[in-house]
Amino acid sequence: MAAGAPDGASSKSDIYAGNGPRLMLPVWVFIGLFLLLPVALMGVYSFLTKEFRGGVIWDFTLTAYDQFFLDRGLFGDDPAKIEWTYIGIFWRSIWQAGMATIMCLLIGFPTAWFIATRDAKTRSIWLFLITIPYWVNLLIRTVSMKFLIRDTGPLNEFLMWSGVINEPLGLINTNFAVQLGLFYSYLPFMVLPIYAAVERYDFSLSEAAADLYANVWTILRLVILPVVKPGIIAGCILVFVPSLGAFLAPDLLGGAKTFMIGSLIEEQFKGNAGNWPFGAAASMILLSIVMAVLLIYARSQTKGDK
Amino acid sequence: MTSSDIAIDIDNVVKRYGAFTALHGVSMQIHANEFFTLLGPSGCGKTTLLRSIAGFEDVNEGAIRLYGNDIAPLPPHKRPINTVFQQYALFPHMTVTENVMFGLRRSGWSRIEAATRADDVLKLVQLSNFADRKPAQLSGGQQQRVALARALAPRPKVLLLDEPLSALDLKLRQAVRVELKQIQRETGIAFIFVTHDQEEALTMSDRIAVMSSGHVQQIGTPREIYETPINRFVADFIGETNLLNVTVQSVSEGTAQVILPSGHPFSCPAATVNSDGTGHLSVRPERIELCPAGGGDLDVKVESQVYLGTDIQLHTRVADGEKMIVRLQNAQSTILPEIDTVVGLKIEAGAARLLAD
Amino acid sequence: MASKKYLLKAPKNDLRRLPGFTTVTLLCLFILYAPLMVVAIYSFNASTSITNWGGWSLAWYGDVFFGPEAAKFQQAAINSLIIAVCAAFAATIIATAAAVAMNRTGAFRGKTSGFMLINLPLMVPEVVTAVASLVFFSTIGFTTGLGTILLAHIVFCIPFAYLPISARMQSVPDLYEQAAMDLYATPLEAFKLVLLPIMMPGLMSGFLLAFIISLDDFLITNFVKGAGIETLPTAVFGSVKQGIKPNIMAISTLMLGVSVVFVSLSWLIGRAGQSQQETK
Repeated sequence: MAAGAPDGASSKSDIYAGNGPRLMLPVWVFIGLFLLLPVALMGVYSFLTKEFRGGVIWDFTLTAYDQFFLDRGLFGDDPAKIEWTYIGIFWRSIWQAGMATIMCLLIGFPTAWFIATRDAKTRSIWLFLITIPYWVNLLIRTVSMKFLIRDTGPLNEFLMWSGVINEPLGLINTNFAVQLGLFYSYLPFMVLPIYAAVERYDFSLSEAAADLYANVWTILRLVILPVVKPGIIAGCILVFVPSLGAFLAPDLLGGAKTFMIGSLIEEQFKGNAGNWPFGAAASMILLSIVMAVLLIYARSQTKGDK
Repeated sequence: MTSSDIAIDIDNVVKRYGAFTALHGVSMQIHANEFFTLLGPSGCGKTTLLRSIAGFEDVNEGAIRLYGNDIAPLPPHKRPINTVFQQYALFPHMTVTENVMFGLRRSGWSRIEAATRADDVLKLVQLSNFADRKPAQLSGGQQQRVALARALAPRPKVLLLDEPLSALDLKLRQAVRVELKQIQRETGIAFIFVTHDQEEALTMSDRIAVMSSGHVQQIGTPREIYETPINRFVADFIGETNLLNVTVQSVSEGTAQVILPSGHPFSCPAATVNSDGTGHLSVRPERIELCPAGGGDLDVKVESQVYLGTDIQLHTRVADGEKMIVRLQNAQSTILPEIDTVVGLKIEAGAARLLAD
Repeated sequence: MASKKYLLKAPKNDLRRLPGFTTVTLLCLFILYAPLMVVAIYSFNASTSITNWGGWSLAWYGDVFFGPEAAKFQQAAINSLIIAVCAAFAATIIATAAAVAMNRTGAFRGKTSGFMLINLPLMVPEVVTAVASLVFFSTIGFTTGLGTILLAHIVFCIPFAYLPISARMQSVPDLYEQAAMDLYATPLEAFKLVLLPIMMPGLMSGFLLAFIISLDDFLITNFVKGAGIETLPTAVFGSVKQGIKPNIMAISTLMLGVSVVFVSLSWLIGRAGQSQQETK
C-alpha cells in the first residue's frame, strides 16, 4: 500500500454496484413477510375482541390493555383500580432476569478476565470450553439442570450422603431455581463481550499506573473499568433481554409462584382457554420494554463514539 | 505519428472524489511497444490514472482511447488490458496454472488452447516447475512472476503494472527489473508501469511521466527527465540536485544570464523562469569541480564528508547559508579539502539549468 | 518485555493474576458442565429409576432406538434434521446475498433499514416471535406443519448465518474480484469463481451455526408446528412434562454429542480458514 494509498482510499469498492436492493430482496421477503408483518399483525390483534375458543373477532377495543392494567371487579362495573396481577408478573420477570444478570456478571466477569489474560494459545481453548455448553440444546440444558437440582436429584443425594445437609435443599420450583436456570442459559452471553473488551486492553497502561503507586483497586476503578464498561453493559443486555421473555427455565424449573411473562403469553395461545388479544397485548408490552432497553443501549453507544 | 502507433491516448482526464481532485486534466500518449512509467510520490494520482485505464475508476471528464477507440464506457472485463497488481491478487484457491488460465478461459479460449498458452507463458517467466502449486507455496518473487504470467497470457493490448516490485527485497527487485524489461521487449506490447521509485523508473523505462498532485510535470526519456528537468519539482524528485536561488538578468534563445549567490554572473540553459525574475539553478552534485577559493563560480565552506564507496560526498555551504552538495569520484588522484576550509566550485558548462518553482 | 520484568518486581500488583479469578473460572466451568455430565452419566444407568444408580448399562440407548417410543422419537429426529438442513441452507443463501449487498455494492437506498431487518430476529423476544408467527399463519390460513416450521426457522436462522459470512467477506479484500474482472470475468463470474470459493470457510460456519440454531429451537417450533408434528425438542419437552425418564437422558446425551461434534467442526473450519488467510 506504500505509495498510492490516498489514491486507493476512495477507490471503487462497489464491485456489484447497483445490485444492493435486488440482493436484499430475499431478506425483505423472509424477515419482512414472516416476522415484521406478523409482529405488526399481533399489534393489531391486541386491539381486537377475544373469541372464546381461541382466536379473535374483528371488533376494535382496548379491552386487552384494560384487562392488563385495570381491575373492574368480577362483573366489570366496579370503579377501576389498578390490577396488580399482570404487572406483578412483569415485575417478577424483570426481577428474575435482573438477578440472573447479576449472577452472570459475578461469575462471568472474573471468568472473562481470567481467559482474556491467558496467552493467545490457551486463550482460544478456554474460550472454546466456555462456548460449548451454549451450543448444546437449551431444552437439554434446562432439563439437565432440573435433573441435577430436584429434591431426589444427584446434588441433594450427594450433599445428604456427605452429611452437609439432612434434608433436601428444596431448590426446585423456587425463584432461585429459575434464576439459576436463566443464569445457566445465558452465561456465555456475559463472558464473551467482556472477554472481547478485556482482550483489547493494553496491560502496560495499568503497569504505568502501578508505577505511579496506584494500588490494584484504584487501577481497577480508574483505569480498567472505563475500558471494559462497554463489554459489561453489552453482556448485561445480552443476558437480561432473553431472560425477560424466557419460557423454558421458568416453565421447567419454576412452579406456580414463579410464573413469568413467557409462560403468561404462552398460556393465552394454547388450547381453548386462551385469550389471543390479551396474549397479543402482553407480547406488545414485552416487546416495548425490550425495544426500549435496546434503544437506550444504542443511544449510549453512539454517544460513547462521539 | 499515426493513431496505430499510439496504444493509449489519455486526453485531458479529470477525476474527482467529492471535493478532492485526483487528476487535473491529465494528457499523455503511450506508444505501442513502449515501456512507459508513471512516476511520482504517493498521492500524486498515478495509481488513480492506472485504475482508470484498467476500468476500476470512472473518469469525470476527458477520454481514454485504446488504439483510437474510447474505452471509457467499457467495464474492466471488456477491456483488452490486463493488470499486475501491487499485492499480486493471485487467487489463493487455484494452482499456478489455473491462475494463468483464468483470463484465457474467460476470454473464450478453449481448454486445450488455454493450457498450451499457459505452459508457454509459464516457460517465459521460468515457472514451469511450479505449475501445480498453490500461490501460498511460492516465494514473493515467484508470486510476482505468476501475476505477470497471468496478466500476459491473454495477450492484452496493454499491460498495466501497479508497483509490482514494491513487495520484493532489494536484491530480487534489481534482478526482476532486468527480467521485466526483457519480457516487455519480447512480447512487444505497451507496458504502463507505476512506481514511486525513481531509480526503478530510470533503469527500465523508455519514457517516464513525472506526476505530482494530479498534474503531469514532465514526460520524456529517462535521460531527458534527469538531465533537462523542466521544473524544480522534477529536478528535485529525480536524482540528487543542488538548487541555488538566483536572480535572472536576461534570457535569450534559451540561455539565461543569472547572478549567483556569490555575486558572480553565470550563463546557463533556461528551461523556465519565475515571473518575478528569480529562479532556481539546478546543479547535479557530480557536475561540479573543486578549485582554489576565488577561482571558480562561487566559494563554499566545507562542512562534512560522507563516504559512499564509489563516491565521496562533500556537504558545503555558500556564504548566504545555502547548502551545496558535491560528489567526487573516489579515485587515487582525488584530493579532499579539509573540513572548515573555503574552496571554490566550478560548475560544468551547460550542466546547470535555470528552473522555476 | 516490560511486563515480564514487572512481574518479577512486584507480582502482587499484576492485574493479570487477580486473586480468586482462577477459582471463579473453574467454578464457572463446573457449573456449565456439571448438569450435562450428570445427565450423560445417568443415561448409562442400568436402573429403571432415575434416582438410584444401578450400574453401567446401554439399556436406555437400546430403548431409544428400539423401545416403545422409538418410532416417535425417530420421526421427530428426522423432522428436526430435515428442517435444520433446509433452513440452514436457505438462510445461508439469503445471508450470502445480504452480505454481498452490505459489503460489495456501495451505498443504496434501504441499506440501513435492511441491516436492521437482518438483525430483527435477534432483537424480538423469542416468545413474541413465536406468538406473532402463530397469529400470522392462522390469519392468512396457512396450515401449520413442517412448512410453517421451516419458514419460521429460516427467518431466525438468517442473522446467525449472516454473522460469520459477512465477517469473512469483510476480511477478503475485493482485490481478488478486481483481478478476476481485469481478466475478463463478468461480475457474476468473479463472484462465482473467485469470491465464493475464497469465502467457503465463512459459508460453512454460517451454515453450521444456522443448523445448530435450528436444531436448538423449541419455543417457536412449539407454536407453529401444528398438531401431530413433532421435532426432537418438542417431543422431548412433551415427554419431560410427564416427568424425566431415563430414555430422555439417553436422547439428551446423544443430542449433546451431536452439538459438541458440530461445534468442534465449525471451530476447526474457522481455524483452517484463519490459517489459510495468514499464509497469503
